[in-house]
Amino acid sequence: MKITVGGESREVAEGITVADLISLEKIDNPEYVTVSVNEEFVDQGSFASHVLQEGDSVEFLYFMGGGAYGIHQ
Amino acid sequence: MRVTISRAYFAEMCAHARKNLPEESCGLVAGRDLPDGTREILRVYFLTNTDHSREHFSIDPREQLAAIRDMRSRGLIPLGNWHSHPESPSRPSEEDKRLANDSRATYLILSLEQADSPVLNAFHIETVDGIRTVRREELVFIEE
Repeated sequence: MKITVGGESREVAEGITVADLISLEKIDNPEYVTVSVNEEFVDQGSFASHVLQEGDSVEFLYFMGGGAYGIHQ
Repeated sequence: MRVTISRAYFAEMCAHARKNLPEESCGLVAGRDLPDGTREILRVYFLTNTDHSREHFSIDPREQLAAIRDMRSRGLIPLGNWHSHPESPSRPSEEDKRLANDSRATYLILSLEQADSPVLNAFHIETVDGIRTVRREELVFIEE
């Protein structure tokens, strides 16, 4: 079936989960990734059970954070 | 890697960061990667620092998603993020390095430590053999 990942079309197996897709896409540091499917965020605890459907649009968003904390230490 | 950004965007980032003092400011950058290896920043996004802190920032994932949608609609790709250091130099802190989890991203840090001479630098951060490594990129300011 066809889905969209990061704006690009992908052909994936039926029944693929978000967790499977993270592995397939070789996402670095997945513990810091937020996933949206059709603009709805998926809880990290549901990655293994959330089955993707034909036409789904998936985005992997890295947590973007940081700051000067501790820079003078 | 060579990274380019317009002086107009640099000025806009400085103005935005000054307006938000004493808190850190943050956002995303988008553009394109040229065949010669140059990374061209063509759009800067000014997003909310949900930490509202003078020494930490987090970008709201909903704003991040909206920005990425906007990039796509303009034919641009996400290139990385930027944030300000209101009172410290333009270099990654340990916290910046710890949370730099996307090895494809360019990380821009704007220092307002010297109020009249803001400094913007670009960095590549990745984990090599288990160690976070930082490389300062060549940042070129483009006149428009």
